[in-house]
Amino acid sequence: MNRFAHLLDALVFAPARNTKLRLLSDYFATTPDPDRGWALAALTGNLGFTNAKPAMVRGLAAERLDPLLFDLSYDFVGDLAETVALIWEPQTRGHNEPLHLAAIVEALQGAGRAEVPRLFETWLDRLDAQGRWALIKLVTGGLRVGVSARLAKTALAEWGKVPVEQIEEVWHGLAPPYPELFAWLGEGGPVPAPDTMAAYRSAMLAHPLEESEIAALEPSDFRAEWKWDGIRVQLVAGPGIVRLFTRTGEEIGATFPDILEAAAGLHVVVDGELLVRFGAEVAPFNDLQQRLNRKTVDRRLLEKFPAAVRIYDILFEGTEDLRSLSFDERRARLETWYARATPPPDRFDLSPLVTFASWAELAEVRAGSAALGSEGIMLKRRSSPYLAGRPKGHWYKWKRDPDTVDAVMMYAQRGHGKRSSFFSDFTFGCWLEDLEGQATELVPVGKAYFGFTDAELAELDKWVRHHTVQRFGPVAQVEPKLVCELAFDSVSRSTRHKSGLALRFPRIARIRWDKPANEADRVATLVARVK
Amino acid sequence: MAPKPESWIKPLPQGLFVEPGGFFVDPVRAADRAVVTHGHGDHARPGNGAVLATAGTIAIMRSRLGEGAGKSLQAAAYGERIDINGVGVTLHPAGHVLGSAQVLLEWQGSRVVVSGDYKRRPDPTCALFEPIPCDVFITEATFALPVFRHPPDEEEIGRLLHSVALFPERCHVVGVYALGKAQRVIALLRRAGWDKPLWLHGALMELCQLYQSLGVDLGELRHATEAKKEELAGSIVLAPPGALADRWSRRLPDPVSAMASGWMRVRQRAKQRGVELPLVISDHADWDELCQTLEDVNAGEVWVTHGREEALVHHAALKGRKARALSLVGFEDDEA
Repeated sequence: MNRFAHLLDALVFAPARNTKLRLLSDYFATTPDPDRGWALAALTGNLGFTNAKPAMVRGLAAERLDPLLFDLSYDFVGDLAETVALIWEPQTRGHNEPLHLAAIVEALQGAGRAEVPRLFETWLDRLDAQGRWALIKLVTGGLRVGVSARLAKTALAEWGKVPVEQIEEVWHGLAPPYPELFAWLGEGGPVPAPDTMAAYRSAMLAHPLEESEIAALEPSDFRAEWKWDGIRVQLVAGPGIVRLFTRTGEEIGATFPDILEAAAGLHVVVDGELLVRFGAEVAPFNDLQQRLNRKTVDRRLLEKFPAAVRIYDILFEGTEDLRSLSFDERRARLETWYARATPPPDRFDLSPLVTFASWAELAEVRAGSAALGSEGIMLKRRSSPYLAGRPKGHWYKWKRDPDTVDAVMMYAQRGHGKRSSFFSDFTFGCWLEDLEGQATELVPVGKAYFGFTDAELAELDKWVRHHTVQRFGPVAQVEPKLVCELAFDSVSRSTRHKSGLALRFPRIARIRWDKPANEADRVATLVARVK
Repeated sequence: MAPKPESWIKPLPQGLFVEPGGFFVDPVRAADRAVVTHGHGDHARPGNGAVLATAGTIAIMRSRLGEGAGKSLQAAAYGERIDINGVGVTLHPAGHVLGSAQVLLEWQGSRVVVSGDYKRRPDPTCALFEPIPCDVFITEATFALPVFRHPPDEEEIGRLLHSVALFPERCHVVGVYALGKAQRVIALLRRAGWDKPLWLHGALMELCQLYQSLGVDLGELRHATEAKKEELAGSIVLAPPGALADRWSRRLPDPVSAMASGWMRVRQRAKQRGVELPLVISDHADWDELCQTLEDVNAGEVWVTHGREEALVHHAALKGRKARALSLVGFEDDEA
């Protein structure tokens, strides 16, 4: 448990992805089974306990501690798990036998609700403050240490020197504490067999297409599709099982019961885009956002934001693996399968191919893609098999040129990790205007923290330091003088900013050192672009 | 019968005033006569007239304040009783930083101890705290909440060295308060076997050299600004806390920012400061030490000064001691 606690503690404080990866691989390499397997389960969200709740922890603390001292401490610390962990006074000191994570997990899984408090109390007595904190976090759910399932798997891949895609393939056939997985990665044991029924297959990803590259490509070698503005998903359906994965292999089916239900009875693995769709009309990404990252969904949400999958590829039909076929062959199989299986059309439809004769023609089509709720064009080589990862020369995304707006810097905040000494996160605003069209007040429209080079960052940082008018902790309010051209994918209504607008994916396209602030764009010009 | 303590020791806006002696202990504003417990800026302020302190504290005040240290400076050894207008003044080790002292005040049979800032655990850079039995104990309360329990120093230094081993290509920069914490962390690192040169922010150098001239061995210390960037990979750099997230730190190769302070016990505090490696090393007594000290000095009455007074007053009352909060102004939650 101590090692696990050290790991969680270090992860909480590590801002950089590489640091987290190093900490995780170090832990997997040096921790024995089955502790490391349970840790992996906890980190990937595959370990839950229903018989321990925060109220129980608070109750235990109340039995032991003076109430005023507890309240003063809780006020100061602000977090229940941490307060209890820090304040707990072990009654039986000198218990030298280490407490293993596995022992805790196994005991909790076997314990009835009534036994849990006493068990928990003995553990709190045996652990140090860090261990107690980790225990409370582990058991009451929600580690919140900034590690996604994908990151944990990437660390495993680095440690075992295998591609992360291979781990994804076998992952869903495994169960905690994953002895076969560690035997394979750590001791050169056999590759665990993927559960063909429920496994996630690594998605094939596209490269962004630069305008300069396009002339070298032969139009007749490619098929074109709309690039939809949703999230990439893989639907795995078979006898008695339906799963929906993101392109990093995270299972999100629980959030989309409408999709799972509609896929019952299918026997297929398809690749597509998850969208909110009303008939043929694709809703803005903002609507899909309302459905994502929710633990539970109620009927109101299901009705208000109906989800659908727009399918563009087929990986398996029944148990037949189609991934080695060419795109054209798979497309034909997809169309035949869809016609025969007739999945509910309000939940599943096919992403149509876009016909074109030349790149010039396609460029014109692409320019009109916004009206369809699409953000550009996908180009897929007709002869390409379905390959895991991001292979070169097969698939391209050709995004529509982003929209831009000239906005004024209002606030700057220091970044994290490598950027902690730089003001690198900027809030930008546009002008409200009076009846004569004069700029009156600057209101925030969005936050941008990339798009600039290191040299530009240094200049921006210097500018902020010389133009700060007021500080609010880590945030500097600057003189409203610097205009930047922000590129963004779309603009939608939002209550987050005073302007009532939010930019999607804003980044700094150009720093307009030359442009006077009062010539920056008006909020009204953005309002006109809300879809 | 001995006089009541509040009849001769008075908390005034200028500081704690010892009326019959006509002097203040750690005055917040310049006073004609002052007894100074230790060299930190919120206790040793400039511009006093006559100052009584330990030789160590006087050396530190001279180094930091120059002429402002005081018009006349009188050094007292630990345990040496000095009479000021009929009030007996004796300095005893407080274990906080080099030269730090508690002040025992005796007048007409009444014994009062002003703790200043203190800690109880051994520190290679200063003398160990001595509990002095008294009628009234005036104690600090910086970490007076039961959440503050400082782990053993060696454990924290061990965590720093483990991180250095885990990230050999990165530089570890430790935020330390310039007086006391810097020298203690260096001494602890030396004790743990780290014998490579330590690199310092310029603001730390002078006090480290002063400690060395007063006989505290800190090993080889170098200016971080004079190092080549590659030289600092795998090394340990010490800097004032404010420099960690400032432009100064850009010279360091991919730094892991650590911070040595009692506040690091609370995760959110550490996260707010952008600290990656919090080290709970404090020069103040933790909750257990504060409570234990009340038992050791066995004073009938406890006055609690700066910090989280409410909890310690409550605890003392639970233990049957008369206790009150003094609410002296002007003392800060330093980077302790």
